[in-house]
Amino acid sequence: MPDQNPVIQRTAPVERRVDAIQQALDERGMNATDAVEELTELAEEHWIPQNGARVVARAWVDPEFRRRLLANGRAAVAELGLSMPKHHRHLVVLENTPAVQNVICCTQCSCTAFTIIGLPPDWYKDLEYRARVVRESRTVLKEMGLDLAPDVEIRVWDTTADTRYMVLPEQPPETIGWSEEKLAGIVTRDSMIGVARL
Amino acid sequence: MDGMHDLGGRQGFGAVRYRPDARAFHEAWEVRVNSLYAFAVRRGIFNMDEYRHAIERMEPRHYLTASYYERSLTSLATLLVEKGILTREELERRAQGLFPLAAPSAPGRSNVPTRERFQPGDRVRVRDDYVPGHVRMPGYIRGKTGVVVSESPAYPFPDAHAHALAAQDEPTYDVRFRSEDLWPQSADAALVHVGVFQSYLERAT
Repeated sequence: MPDQNPVIQRTAPVERRVDAIQQALDERGMNATDAVEELTELAEEHWIPQNGARVVARAWVDPEFRRRLLANGRAAVAELGLSMPKHHRHLVVLENTPAVQNVICCTQCSCTAFTIIGLPPDWYKDLEYRARVVRESRTVLKEMGLDLAPDVEIRVWDTTADTRYMVLPEQPPETIGWSEEKLAGIVTRDSMIGVARL
Repeated sequence: MDGMHDLGGRQGFGAVRYRPDARAFHEAWEVRVNSLYAFAVRRGIFNMDEYRHAIERMEPRHYLTASYYERSLTSLATLLVEKGILTREELERRAQGLFPLAAPSAPGRSNVPTRERFQPGDRVRVRDDYVPGHVRMPGYIRGKTGVVVSESPAYPFPDAHAHALAAQDEPTYDVRFRSEDLWPQSADAALVHVGVFQSYLERAT
């Protein structure tokens, strides 16, 4: 006789688990599916590194803006029409120089200034980066392709609170005099995380 | 809690799986999970500290093998069940399989009553505190001494906020540590800056 007892033994595939939550919320009249559409558009179209790239380009061409950005990041990015979630009460902008390389991480989860520098890439959220970058910064950066001269000081910023960080990379000398728009085109997400230089 | 999530400085991990063109999302369900948890936060069903703590409460074996967005999903489901919005049985019936959730929470705590105000340049020590509930003090700074660089605006105190306990908002201090002090003779030279809540700090003499 076949076993009539519907004992569930296996973990449901992850996609079915997501469906289960979404459907259950929808059936309670919470309109989760509408919210998912709206938030997905935000995640894919609006929370992108091009925002931070505009901020960096403006800081390169406008010394007054750069000063305001370093003094109060949240207020300065708002000048460019960029917003941050309410709980991100502070944006600290970290200025690279020839002698200093800043790099950001979140060892306990994966916090970032995602509305400005974009949602974090997979490796940023992965175990290896979170475990190693605070302790083996120079080694990790080298493995990732950033081989810093021995006299460059490394400053690692662990995002443990809701203060958010972004790195202000150095402007490559050959781009002096370029338009702001063209400059924004060369700024990468990884240069604003601090694992790459331009 | 000294949980599996607290990875900073742990040894034995291999190379970062890095690509310059790495993406935030790889599959459509990941975007949906990200949107569903953001939706729940926006509706006030739970806050970000509760969300982070429910990830930390995942059974360590599950935590280490789950992808980032599976951890998000597990936290979301755990909190929806704990808040009485859904039941695990309903989720497992709908998903036609087991739906692993995070373990129950240990008690939280409110602000430390003896907390002090610090100024840039002050030398501070991270208190030797062991907290069963949520805490945003990475283990690698416990008991270590650093220098205050700046003060942030006041934030909800995570140790209370993740447990729906009353507490005053408090600032974090940007504290600069030397990697050589954190891991003597066992780290690359660097300055490590950590945003440390006021309640976690005491004046270093």
